[in-house]
Amino acid sequence: MIMQEINKKQTTRSGDTAKYTEGVFGADYLSDQERSEIDHEVSMVPHKSAAVIEALKIVQHHRGWISDESVTAIAAYLQMGAAEVDSVATFYNLIFRKPVGRHVILVCDSISCYVMKYGDIYKALQEKLKIKFGETTGDQCFTLLPNACLGCCDHAPAIMIDNDLYKDVTVGMLDRILQKYT
Amino acid sequence: MSTIYIDNKKYEVKAGKNLLEACLGLGIDLPYFCWHPALGSVGACRQCAVKVFKDENDNRGRLVMSCMESIKDGLHLSVTDKTASAFRSQVIEWLMTNHPHDCPVCDEGGSCHLQDMTVMTGHDYRRFHYKKRTYTNQYLGPFVHHEMNRCIQCYRCVRYYHDYAGGNDLNVFAAHNHVYFGREKDGVLESPFSGNLVEVCPTGVFTDKTLREHYTRKWDLTTAPSVCHHCSVGCNTIAGERYGSLRCITNRYNSQVNGYFLCDRGRFGYEFVNSENRITQPLIRNRPVEAVDEFVLMDHLREILTNHTLIGIGSPRASVESNTALMQLVGSQNFYQGISDNLGFIQKRVVQVMQSGVVKPASLHDIQQADAILILGEDCWNTAPVMALAVRQGVLKTAAEHALENRQLPAWHDAAVRELVQQERGFLANCTLAGSPLDEISAAILHKAPDDLARIGFAIANRLNTSLPAVQLDNDTSSKVAVIASALQQAKHPVIISGTGCYNEALIRAAFDIAAACKTTAAEVRLAYVVPECNSMGLAMMNASSFENAVLRASRAQQVTAIVLENDLYRNVPSNIADVFFNSCRHVIVLDSLNNATTQKADVLIPAATFAEGDGTLVNNEGRAQRFYQVYMPAQRTIQESWKWLLKMQATQTGITNETIYHPEEMLASCEQLLPQFSGISGSAPRRDFRVHGQALPREPHRYSGRTAMLANLSVSEPKPKQDDDSPFTFTMEGYSGMQPSLLIPFFWSPGWNSIQAVNKYQVEPGGELKNEQPGKLLFNYRPDAVPAYFKDIPEAFGVRREKWLLLPQYHVFGSDELSAYGHGVQELSPDAYIALSVEDASQLGVVDGSLLSIKAAETLYELPVRTMATLPNGVMLMPAGLQGMTMMSWNSWVQIVSIKL
Amino acid sequence: MERPLTQFIHPGCPPFDLREYEMTGGYSALKKALAGMTPLEVQKLVQDSGLKGRGGAGFNTGMKWSFVPMGDAAPHPKYLIANADEMEPGTFKDRLLLEGNPHQLIEGMILSAYAIQAGVSYIFLRWAYKKAAQLLRKSIHEAYTAGLLGKNILGSGFSLEMHLHTGVGRYMCGEETALLNALEGKRATPRAKPPFPQVSGLYGKPTIVNNVETLCNIPHIVNNGAAWFKGLSNSEDSGTKLYGVSGKVNTPGCWELPMGVTVRELIEEHAGGMQNGYQLKGVLPGGASTDFLTAEHLDVKMDFGGVQAAGSRLGTGTMVVMDDATCPVGFVHNLQHFFAQESCGWCTPCREGLPWVEKMLMSLEEGSGTAEDVELLQMHTQLLGPGNTFCALAPGAMEPLQSALKYFREDFDRHIQLHRCPYENGHH
Ligand SMILES: Cc1cc2nc3c(=O)[nH]c(=O)nc-3n(C[C@H](O)[C@H](O)[C@H](O)COP(=O)(O)O)c2cc1C
Ligand code: SF4
Ligand code: FES
Repeated sequence: MIMQEINKKQTTRSGDTAKYTEGVFGADYLSDQERSEIDHEVSMVPHKSAAVIEALKIVQHHRGWISDESVTAIAAYLQMGAAEVDSVATFYNLIFRKPVGRHVILVCDSISCYVMKYGDIYKALQEKLKIKFGETTGDQCFTLLPNACLGCCDHAPAIMIDNDLYKDVTVGMLDRILQKYT
Repeated sequence: MSTIYIDNKKYEVKAGKNLLEACLGLGIDLPYFCWHPALGSVGACRQCAVKVFKDENDNRGRLVMSCMESIKDGLHLSVTDKTASAFRSQVIEWLMTNHPHDCPVCDEGGSCHLQDMTVMTGHDYRRFHYKKRTYTNQYLGPFVHHEMNRCIQCYRCVRYYHDYAGGNDLNVFAAHNHVYFGREKDGVLESPFSGNLVEVCPTGVFTDKTLREHYTRKWDLTTAPSVCHHCSVGCNTIAGERYGSLRCITNRYNSQVNGYFLCDRGRFGYEFVNSENRITQPLIRNRPVEAVDEFVLMDHLREILTNHTLIGIGSPRASVESNTALMQLVGSQNFYQGISDNLGFIQKRVVQVMQSGVVKPASLHDIQQADAILILGEDCWNTAPVMALAVRQGVLKTAAEHALENRQLPAWHDAAVRELVQQERGFLANCTLAGSPLDEISAAILHKAPDDLARIGFAIANRLNTSLPAVQLDNDTSSKVAVIASALQQAKHPVIISGTGCYNEALIRAAFDIAAACKTTAAEVRLAYVVPECNSMGLAMMNASSFENAVLRASRAQQVTAIVLENDLYRNVPSNIADVFFNSCRHVIVLDSLNNATTQKADVLIPAATFAEGDGTLVNNEGRAQRFYQVYMPAQRTIQESWKWLLKMQATQTGITNETIYHPEEMLASCEQLLPQFSGISGSAPRRDFRVHGQALPREPHRYSGRTAMLANLSVSEPKPKQDDDSPFTFTMEGYSGMQPSLLIPFFWSPGWNSIQAVNKYQVEPGGELKNEQPGKLLFNYRPDAVPAYFKDIPEAFGVRREKWLLLPQYHVFGSDELSAYGHGVQELSPDAYIALSVEDASQLGVVDGSLLSIKAAETLYELPVRTMATLPNGVMLMPAGLQGMTMMSWNSWVQIVSIKL
Repeated sequence: MERPLTQFIHPGCPPFDLREYEMTGGYSALKKALAGMTPLEVQKLVQDSGLKGRGGAGFNTGMKWSFVPMGDAAPHPKYLIANADEMEPGTFKDRLLLEGNPHQLIEGMILSAYAIQAGVSYIFLRWAYKKAAQLLRKSIHEAYTAGLLGKNILGSGFSLEMHLHTGVGRYMCGEETALLNALEGKRATPRAKPPFPQVSGLYGKPTIVNNVETLCNIPHIVNNGAAWFKGLSNSEDSGTKLYGVSGKVNTPGCWELPMGVTVRELIEEHAGGMQNGYQLKGVLPGGASTDFLTAEHLDVKMDFGGVQAAGSRLGTGTMVVMDDATCPVGFVHNLQHFFAQESCGWCTPCREGLPWVEKMLMSLEEGSGTAEDVELLQMHTQLLGPGNTFCALAPGAMEPLQSALKYFREDFDRHIQLHRCPYENGHH
């Protein structure tokens, strides 16, 4: 009897010798820069998987967000399951598992800013950018997100765009602020 | 023991446990979700709250989670306390805020821990009036169905799948009340232990997908205690039927063999029973009308059974009863093992070693308790999956014990123990041909050709007992050998695992020598050999002559009638030899349940019952005889246990009818008589006239519905219940409805406990032995004073040959086993055939993954795609074992490559 | 009035570099301890000083350290962690210390690590404090270069590594055991106690987690002694405290003051009183997870015992003022939204209870709430209390809710009667 069908799909059950990294996006999906930064973090922890949050931060820093491909690649690089990496990635709200715009606007919606009417700021941003929380402008310039207390309660309301903190924000200041990023 | 007071009643309880375990052990109903006896406590669900009091004068008390609180002598606690019980019912209300309340259309309905706990806490009317959150479900492969909306976030699934079973592809995602349990994306669950999710999940998130194709409520199943037929470990199962088809397999807890868990092959491999390929009627071939009834059949057989030389071919997957009946029919001298000679030879060695009584056999429980494990040459992950799961537990448990030394922490405190353990593991040496997922948790890994593995084994034995001969090894291997030997030497209860998987007899001897040598340092050393099939050990113990002799015999004798018992010889011996055999027989009678290459050769084909339709006894790899019970009577009365057919044939042949012998225990008694090595086997299960308070045991629960209406489309009169003379079971819901004795549990149920979690009620303590547990009968007797006869003869080192490869099998959980492969799911997951070569060999040949290679083996040409394997030693070639449609390969022989297509 | 923690902090000016810090007496405490004090002496000193943790719970710091196994047989490495996750809504005090004088924290950490003989230390910094991150990185580097960190610090034989870890969100990371999980690269769900981190913490090794402000006090205590530290305060609790006020006050801010100033002093003197046209309706004295105090509590002393006696907690000591134009239901709804979002999802009461609470408050605020909702809210404040949940997040969330139901019940009732929010700008 001659066996010759090879058309059936390849499954990667653990029973097979193939392991986690069989996905299309192996560790070489990461850039040299990313890998060397991750290596540095790995060198400071007792075992590779302990560096996963750092790795996610690094890749997000370079790519803006964490795609499925990035998850698989990080998993392969740290010898973890992709599910384990994603479990951590999806827990933290500042790891973006969806693409974001070039600039992320975080509007503090916590209590002091609430008292100081962050709602007015949000409403104005909504009108100016024509997006709601969780959305990105059509030109991919801004993503608007609500955020828990920015630790700037004495200068509420506060917003943060990328690395820049804006204090005592008024609706009137918004145009000037946004201009810097367009 | 400690004294505690529960609701002012005094109890003596085992120290070291937590309060939840104590309460459950005392039979007190206390609801819980996140705790599981095999997984320990994490305190997440907050369902098991009780009040504890400082002393008898404290009447305020403090609410605690009973699963997170240690037993302390003199402790006062209250389960019935108002605040505690109000809190427990509130926890259910919280869990229910998002639960879809879809019980009528939920597979779990009626066997749902969430339902049970809801009723137990008394929560009934919801006060949450808002929208529920909803999720999308995932495709998780052919075995497990996913319905995330039903999730109550107890985290058990991840803790089982990831922490306990080591699966990497299921986890928890997101946070707060959006937590989601599943895979990173849709896809087949990778762990071959995924099916346990179905039982671990306390609600209907993970359910048995195969059951969905012919769904039945648990209470409408007719069930019986069974034993898994898909490998040699012999896990205990419960098999359920309705309307004449087998619907599902669930775990049957016992403390010695499989505990709480099965592998997916065992759980989902049952579908062959319902296969369209079943043989349902006796056939006499080469007649105008081939299908005949029993009368015509016997009439026909009378002639070919009497005036002919009878040759009986036994079966490694048929029961002891059936093999005995065949031996009885044809005579001991005419009974042959239906397996390849080299395998027979190796198994004989296994039996000899185990019968010598020098080393104790290792049960799966023993493996879980081991503090050092050596696997020598057996890919048990694929050949005996639940054994691999037990190995993992042994490794984790040892690490936990180390971490807990000199600490106050109790072992049940799961998360805290894991935190202490970090990446530490107990000692496991996985010495195999090409590795397995167990490599990930191994301290020592060796990938070598079988002879080299055996040499490693002898070298370890030499280190343990220097009077044994030394072995020349390279430096790297030597240093690993030293590590392994010293770990074994330091262990208090080491376990050595080997088996027949490599077709190498020296491995069996080496494993024995190591185990025997360990006895000087560890009285509790144990030894386990994996054998290929569910009754391989039983057959091997019968000491029958080799198949080669059967072929010789058939070719010399005249007028041979061969009777082949449940054995596709084309899977068990090289096809050219099988052909020779069949060509030399005048008549071929085959008893089997499914059509295969051997049944094609039958002149007379007799329909044999599967495990679900008959009774029988199997001897597992440790020599444990275990009974499986008939679940239901097939509609076709011509489907019968082979042993019954064989007895009828005997009666036909001799002309003497003896009705009384038609029961398993008499079969086993005659087995004992024929073969003293089986002594005691007839006591491995209660007698068929066993009764509780004069009552037989029902296979159907008292909630079973539709008895009078089931067949109303055919007849409105209620049929007389079918009679079972072979066992203490009835086919009805009438009979003793209390707790059954441990060997006769057809389903786990207790008032208020409708799900499988009712197991608690059957145990002496949670996670412990069943009440009056009798886990089968061990046929190998350990004799502490037996003096080991070391083998010492060490094979030559493996030498790579020019342009030749040593052909060896690669086993697959899905695909290598014959019967399970009839299920769609197993079929879907079984690999395509391939030829595996080491990376170096492949590059020397200039082939890459997917290139086509032709080889000639046993006079057959195979053209298959190449798979390179980084772990495979040079000079060895692997092919998948036992795939459907593939015949037996000449394993452990040298093959040549005929042609290459890139 | 002495302000040891902030005397060299001048908002708007860059913080001291190593040289400047040393010139003003920086690292002298470290030198003193390394040269002449045993670790146990440091522990004892801090215990005697009466320093209580500034992270919220107010546990005696030296006492906490004393649970760490000491001696050669103790597991190693041990860890010291500065909790700089500051995410409690209304809290902005650690930021001042981090941005204003990073070396003070580093010195405090080295001293604390010495006291428990930790070999590795981390600063767990919340992601949003970008400027602090930059300053800390620079300062740690300076300290390494000067031999104040690394192997054999100042020739004493004591060694300490220090790493900065910046978070990626989630309030839970501030809870000390969840923080440990986050540092290990896991989901920030809390751990059961016992075992306490002092015994089994980061990677299962003995670990101390202290708040930034707590740690910044250590050099001063070592330099000036326990009696001096006690003398700083005008209450039973020792030392100074960073207090903050936010909301509709004239000069919101953060100030170092003797422990035990009154609510009134804080609001009226330091925060310049309420803005024109607004009355004080209530305050959360120590962040979002403390019970309301009201106008009748203005003379309550802001120390651990004082606030507790008034029915709340000192918490972080940074208060949020609720004025009379702000709807208490909307206010509490905002808080519960935060807590529900930040629940880690591990235990049932918090994961399922808080969103329910949030939804009820939302419907009350929108005018569709009922009296039964108020009853259910009341019930939740009890059932989500301490001990019932896995960690202190949900019990913390219940504090402002239960006190709002106590003090502002008529506001809830008016929402039900009017079927709308009676405040103009109540709901956003
Ligand atoms: C939900 C939650 C969040 C917390 N967040 C912080 C925080 O951001 N910063 C902090 O120092 N402590 C926080 N804590 C308190 C810590 O768990 C811990 O008690 C503190 O860091 C100990 O430091 P201390 O003893 O110096 O006060 C939080 C506690 C809880 C329950
Ligand atoms: S109270 Fe429970 S769910 Fe909430 S944050 Fe703590 S552990 Fe997580
Ligand atoms: S069973 Fe005790 S908290 Fe879940």
